[in-house]
Amino acid sequence: MSEFQAEKKVLLEVKDLKVSFFTHAGEVKAVDGISYTLRSNEVMGIVGESGSGKSVEAYSIMGLLQSPGKIVGGSVHFDGEDLLAYTPDQMTEFRGNRASMIFQNPMTCMNPVYTVGDQLIEALRSHRKDISREEARKRAKEMLEQVGVNNPERRLDQYPHEFSGGMRQRAMIAMALICNPELLIADEPTTALDVTIQEQILELMKTLKGRNNMSIIFITHNLGVVAEICDRVSVMYAGHIVEQGSVNDIFYQPKHPYTKGLLASMPRMDMVEHERLIPIDGTPVDLLDPPKGCSFGPRCRYCMKVCLNNPPPAVAVGEDNHVCACWLQVKEMLRQKEGEQLE
Amino acid sequence: MTLYVLKRIVAAFFTLVLIATITFFLMNAIPGSPFMTDKSTPEQIAKANAKYGLDQPLPVQWWRYMTNYLRGDMGVSLKMQEGTEVTKILFGQGKFELSIRVGLWALLLAIVLGIPLGCIAAYNRGKAVDSVLRVLTTFGVAVPSFVFATLLLLIFAVHLKWLPVLSNSLETPASYVMPVLSLALYPSCYIAKLTRTSMLDAINQDYIRTARAKGLKTRRIIFKHALRNSLIPVITYLGPLAASIVTGGFVVETTFSIPGLGKYFISSILNRDYPVIMGTTVVLAALIVIMNLVVDIAYKIVDPRITLTAKED
Repeated sequence: MSEFQAEKKVLLEVKDLKVSFFTHAGEVKAVDGISYTLRSNEVMGIVGESGSGKSVEAYSIMGLLQSPGKIVGGSVHFDGEDLLAYTPDQMTEFRGNRASMIFQNPMTCMNPVYTVGDQLIEALRSHRKDISREEARKRAKEMLEQVGVNNPERRLDQYPHEFSGGMRQRAMIAMALICNPELLIADEPTTALDVTIQEQILELMKTLKGRNNMSIIFITHNLGVVAEICDRVSVMYAGHIVEQGSVNDIFYQPKHPYTKGLLASMPRMDMVEHERLIPIDGTPVDLLDPPKGCSFGPRCRYCMKVCLNNPPPAVAVGEDNHVCACWLQVKEMLRQKEGEQLE
Repeated sequence: MTLYVLKRIVAAFFTLVLIATITFFLMNAIPGSPFMTDKSTPEQIAKANAKYGLDQPLPVQWWRYMTNYLRGDMGVSLKMQEGTEVTKILFGQGKFELSIRVGLWALLLAIVLGIPLGCIAAYNRGKAVDSVLRVLTTFGVAVPSFVFATLLLLIFAVHLKWLPVLSNSLETPASYVMPVLSLALYPSCYIAKLTRTSMLDAINQDYIRTARAKGLKTRRIIFKHALRNSLIPVITYLGPLAASIVTGGFVVETTFSIPGLGKYFISSILNRDYPVIMGTTVVLAALIVIMNLVVDIAYKIVDPRITLTAKED
């Protein structure tokens, strides 16, 4: 699998990205040095709890970060181009055209006073100025058809409040994909929907990914969703990526105590009935005053002295770019080396 | 929709009857009589009362008003223009028209000025532009129109001599400038404040984030996506404003000596000219009722989620 992936071109490369919010209380380091690469036609899941910085990171890529948020370091390269060096006009042209985004709450994400058709056509025509209104309408109708909205001709002239939640998210997806973007960022697109609709939306996204040959960044706190759609997973905690790897590695060979904790706190089909879920003790860190060492340290049951004073380096823990930022792994690595030397 | 409008018109009729009734009894509760002067004797007053039917019991007088109004007869002036029909005073002598003309220009100015200023302030929230606009609009809301009108008169008519002191019947475009400005000051500042607040609310909505994610230009986001959603409070205010700008022009009409309806309305009360009081009140009440209906229909146009009747759901 790794050889196969290496052949695909790198679409997005995020290096040591740092985003801070400058509030009255001080600097909140929402994203504190994260790196990853996304190849074309790959789905990267970003999981983490609320406030772990997963949405902020996505907004930074799209240039949607608003004051008092600011990118304070690192780089974002899209198809070889430096996104952070783009002018606001270039960024406007980039958004919705080469990369699109869909959001958590489809109920409030469409403008209530314009028809769905109007909003779809607007998304297309703002980037393809040579397309006539009639052509744009035809394309909007095709898109609605593609995302499984029945009777698209009539639906185009309806307002968002005449759509159900699932239908609205479908329309949002249609709107996001109308310019054939290479990258789709989905910020918890299924969180506000009921489970049956979630399943349908995930299936739809998988189909569309294949058809349009695009990459997806899928932000969620739902590990079940990750297992279903993602190729690779980044686990975020307090602005850091603590573990990153293929979906199989993360689920079957988790290395970081936080990842293990997340998996243990999730109900499973093979669990004995009435068996208790294991929560992660403690509360998320205060990002105004993050711990000096590992951000998960204070909650970690394996916490060592070194964890409290030094941030852990990311080390490779397996094949297929499985990376984990944990002192335990460093220790393990040293022990293995020692063992090899002894032999 | 047609049914809805019809229903509202029927309701409006009863509203007007109620307003006329209340006005009728209130005005008769004020002591004094249209015929009372320094020289008039009790006999003369009694004779005049008998001539115009004011000696009859109030319910009888009230019934006569109501039935006459249905026929479009508003009676005749008792004092200010004795013997002239009220309908002729209101509509025939251009009073109503003068007030409407000044009022409509002021309303237009208030909208054209207020809404964009509010947008600009909201867009530049917290920056210098916003602060300057906040000071200006607070000034405009706080300063009474007669102070502002007098100030304008002093500067542009007395010192600079650019504009005429008396506007009279508004024959020249120049004579409009100061009355319209003074009348529009308060509403335009108020609309600007209102637009800023509701625009800020709209800007923080999810659909604005979607619009940005679609790659729309800021101007389009503000004026297409945010503005229409923030217009509801402004429209709510516009209805009563439109009516009050026409009626409330008394101060401005007096300052610039425009013989409009506002001025006439006040003097009719001072003179106890009963039919004129009733006539102006009913006409202005009708205006307010109509404006409210227009506002309710405008809601529906601006926001498709609003349904006017239960059935439309």
